[in-house]
Amino acid sequence: MKSFEFFEPTTLAEASSLFAQKHAQLLAGGTDLVIGMKAYTETPETVISLQKIPGLDGITTDNDKSISIGAMTKVRQVELSEDIQQYHTALAEGASEIGSIQIRNLATIGGNIAHASPAADTVAGLLVADAQVDIASADGERSVPINELFTGPGQTVLKPGEIITQFRLLHPASGSHYIKHKIREVMDLAFIGVASAVNMQNGVIKEARIGLAAVAPTPIRATEAENLLSGKTPTPELLAQAGEAAAAATSPISDLRCSAEHRKEMVDVLTRRTLQNALDRV
Amino acid sequence: MSEKKEYKVIGTRPIRHDGVDKVTGRAIYGADFQITGLLHGRVLRSPHAHARIVSIDTSRAEAHPGVKGVVTAEDLPAAEDKMADLGEGAVSLKYLCDNILASDKALYKGHAIAAVAATSPHIAEEACELIDVEYEVLPPVLEVRQAMESDAPILHENLRTSSLGETGDKPSNIASHFQHKKGDIDKGFDEADVIIEREFVTGTVHQGYIEPHNATALYNPDGQLTVWCSTQGAFTVREQLAEILQYPISKIKVVPLEIGGGFGGKINVYVKPVAALLAKKTGKPVKVLMNRADVFEGTGPTPASYITIKMGATNDGKITAAQTSLVFEAGAYPGSPVGAGAMCVFAPYNIENVVIDGYDVVVNKPKTAPYRAPGATNAAFGTETVVDELAEKLNIDPLEIRLMNGAKEGDRRADGPVYPRIGFIETLEAAKEHPHYASPNGKKYHGRGIASGFWFNIGLESSVTINVNPDGTVNLVEGSTDIGGTRASIAMQAAEVLGIPAESVNPTVVDTNSIGYTAVTGGSRTTYATGYAAYEAAQDVVQQMKARAAKLWDVDEDNVQFADGEFSSINGKEEQISFRDLSARLGETGGPVIGRATMNPAGAGGAFATHVVDVEVDVDTGKVEILRYTATQDAGKAIHPSYVEGQIQGGVVQGIGWALNEEYIYNDEGEMTNASFLDYRMPTCLDLPMIDAVIVEVPNPGHPYGVRGVGEVPIVPPPAAIANAIYDAVGIRMTELPMSPDRLLKAMGKI
Ligand SMILES: Cc1cc2nc3c(=O)[nH]c(=O)nc-3n(C[C@H](O)[C@H](O)[C@H](O)COP(=O)(O)OP(=O)(O)OC[C@H]3O[C@@H](n4cnc5c(N)ncnc54)[C@H](O)[C@@H]3O)c2cc1C
Repeated sequence: MKSFEFFEPTTLAEASSLFAQKHAQLLAGGTDLVIGMKAYTETPETVISLQKIPGLDGITTDNDKSISIGAMTKVRQVELSEDIQQYHTALAEGASEIGSIQIRNLATIGGNIAHASPAADTVAGLLVADAQVDIASADGERSVPINELFTGPGQTVLKPGEIITQFRLLHPASGSHYIKHKIREVMDLAFIGVASAVNMQNGVIKEARIGLAAVAPTPIRATEAENLLSGKTPTPELLAQAGEAAAAATSPISDLRCSAEHRKEMVDVLTRRTLQNALDRV
Repeated sequence: MSEKKEYKVIGTRPIRHDGVDKVTGRAIYGADFQITGLLHGRVLRSPHAHARIVSIDTSRAEAHPGVKGVVTAEDLPAAEDKMADLGEGAVSLKYLCDNILASDKALYKGHAIAAVAATSPHIAEEACELIDVEYEVLPPVLEVRQAMESDAPILHENLRTSSLGETGDKPSNIASHFQHKKGDIDKGFDEADVIIEREFVTGTVHQGYIEPHNATALYNPDGQLTVWCSTQGAFTVREQLAEILQYPISKIKVVPLEIGGGFGGKINVYVKPVAALLAKKTGKPVKVLMNRADVFEGTGPTPASYITIKMGATNDGKITAAQTSLVFEAGAYPGSPVGAGAMCVFAPYNIENVVIDGYDVVVNKPKTAPYRAPGATNAAFGTETVVDELAEKLNIDPLEIRLMNGAKEGDRRADGPVYPRIGFIETLEAAKEHPHYASPNGKKYHGRGIASGFWFNIGLESSVTINVNPDGTVNLVEGSTDIGGTRASIAMQAAEVLGIPAESVNPTVVDTNSIGYTAVTGGSRTTYATGYAAYEAAQDVVQQMKARAAKLWDVDEDNVQFADGEFSSINGKEEQISFRDLSARLGETGGPVIGRATMNPAGAGGAFATHVVDVEVDVDTGKVEILRYTATQDAGKAIHPSYVEGQIQGGVVQGIGWALNEEYIYNDEGEMTNASFLDYRMPTCLDLPMIDAVIVEVPNPGHPYGVRGVGEVPIVPPPAAIANAIYDAVGIRMTELPMSPDRLLKAMGKI
């Protein structure tokens, strides 16, 4: 690990002005950053901890069932939140898939998203929740929809000095489900991740949202498959069509974890499975 | 089975002696070791799989203020083409030294090139970047069949194939070829009604011990070298250091610290000689720790292999002939476990006509090291799959065909030895009688597989001394490092003889200056051989204490008997004294009592295992779930049944990992791309059902309690058993390991 300067600011303003410097990195739970520093893939000259800033963590639910999750909320809290389990089951399931309990007690949802791994386990759940990402900096605040946050592997629209403060989940789903395709039950990264969420009206799919992780340079929504589903009565054939449409929307890579063909095939299979389970949960 | 003996300690399950230290974090491992003035060493490793080292310039690193010394191969004594004898046959000293620090060529990515000692681990890391190495990069060869081709890149210009007594005349990557023959192979295949011939490929896998390699070395001004380290055998480290450093063995003391797993991978030395060189250069103690990537890339995994198996049987199920070619990758230097694989490949079966060819082939990967029954798992994957196929073709139950052909006492193995009393048949019977085998197995995509396995086990040298304490306890001093609970299993054998509880024996593992020579904890030998020595040393204690009792009572020594912890006089006088009371009176009767024994027992007795596994295949995702696993194994006599079960379960788990996921993945440049536990996937407890370990006890005639080594054979059957279960589930014969989702989907034609 390269030597570095360490700051523990107590206000957001202080943090973001420090963060605007060159070669600075934020420290949330440290479960991505510290690993990277040990491996010399991250060599920040300055590390700014967010841990001493009050108000960045916690989960709140409004009367209209919209939920906000502070960026510094541990993914273990996301996993165990009853409201998230009820209205955004896929997100709670995604959080529960991260590493091990020890890791989940350190890791934050903000870190999981800001790290911008295409395979991050909370990302598909946030995509199908249509989350808004609130961002603060010395220049003020802004908000971007989660599907516009990512620009490439490890890359986001966040500018130097910008800090994610919270995620707002505005659209509860009546049923959702996340499947992480992995080899090991725990301590594994997603070969691919698929979340599906549905809202039903009189036996017809009112809206469907499908989020896909690790199948393209950024996490994506399978919009064609979603459109195919909306307004229709669910049948196995319809789900199969949606699976194929979702697979067609992907551009996976072959890497040591998995071949591209395998990933595409799994998008098809797991889109069908998550849709079916989401429907079963309505 | 022999008559039932009544034991007081043997067969019970006391808490292990090292348990409290380990669960409370008090046990000292290599990384914990501290000493005043300590420097930190770091090894620079080759980024290339195959390259000529043109030059190494260490001046920039040496100029760094925190750096106290830099070493390269130049600091090793010139290793001409001398042979070193490390007890397991001669090996080239140049190869041995070059694997510690490369002199002329880097032969795998991760090959050690130079090392730095600095005032902090971070400075040592950064200073490695300041060493300038000029490489001439060469094309790598990573696979045995490619390495055997005539136009393959050559690793060692001076390596000539030694084949059946002849030496080749041009450079080759085939280090050696040998053959075992029994009977008349053509006649055997003529007699067969069904012949199956198949090819198998297995991947390179690592032992995956939790604790990385480590060493702290100190050179005293008087020339005494002390090395504290994690190892399977302190004496083996001493021998290797003496050879590699060309240093007198009497000036080297190796202190084994607690060990966090080895499975065969902590026999060869890597950073220990490097720490010694740095200590010599700096005059300070130097600690060198590997990280996980160093472990994967810079230490010996167990080899990938290419295996062909041909077996023939008559319609009534008799196997008449078996032939194999075992091609094992040795890694960068000769010396794969193909010899052991050849001993095991057909060992469970009594077959009249056998030919076994073995090839040891160098490739641009780390020099391979032993791993739990080295070579046997690769070989059994082939044999046990073909036996399954024979059974299927002949419409015979897979356990029955094994019962019909299973080896028994008096049968001769193709490589020579004649079996003493062995328990293979008993493991098959235990599997057959187990409720698992009778349970239903008909669900779609569910399948059941059977496979057996053999490991020969070894004896070798062990020394034990036992000091009797005045309170009736004893201190047992041993040289066997304790990896899997052997302090307990050795202490228990002494306790049984002395008629005292296991807790009254305090076992201590000591350094090479403090006990007689003791070979490695490996080959499933420790409970057998060091336990045997403990038994003999305890007998020596009893003998000496009888003399003390005789002295107290003024009777003839022959008139003192010892039973159930009591000495008594059998003729005339009615005298009695407990072991405890007598131990308080040793001073007055002639001084302390120290029992001792050294031995090199020959009757290790082979170990056999038979496994039954149920799997479910997800035909959409290619994932295989292990639903149920039963492992029967002949332990001879289980000294501590919990640790026998633990060994069986541990071996099975590693075998399952090998079967389904584990492998070194290389890119075209010959770089391992998954050198971390994230992408080198060993199973976790959440991936597996409880593994039912069934201990069968057919006493080994070569040990006083009938012990057979148990640690290795349980890794042998799993890959074949799982492959057979996958076939039963989906009708596909998997002949390549690991049977990962990707491969399975491809085999099923899904992608
Ligand atoms: C053993 C292990 C297993 C793991 N398993 C999984 C897994 O199964 N699935 C998975 O998805 N991940 C996994 N991870 C990765 C990691 O735990 C998660 O991505 C985690 O959520 C990261 O959060 P953190 O708080 O630790 O982030 P940190 O490491 O503190 O930060 C990560 C990055 O995000 C930036 N950042 C953090 N917070 C903010 C913010 N509020 N605003 C802007 N930028 C910010 C930091 O600058 C840094 O670059 C694993 C990690 C380990 C060590």
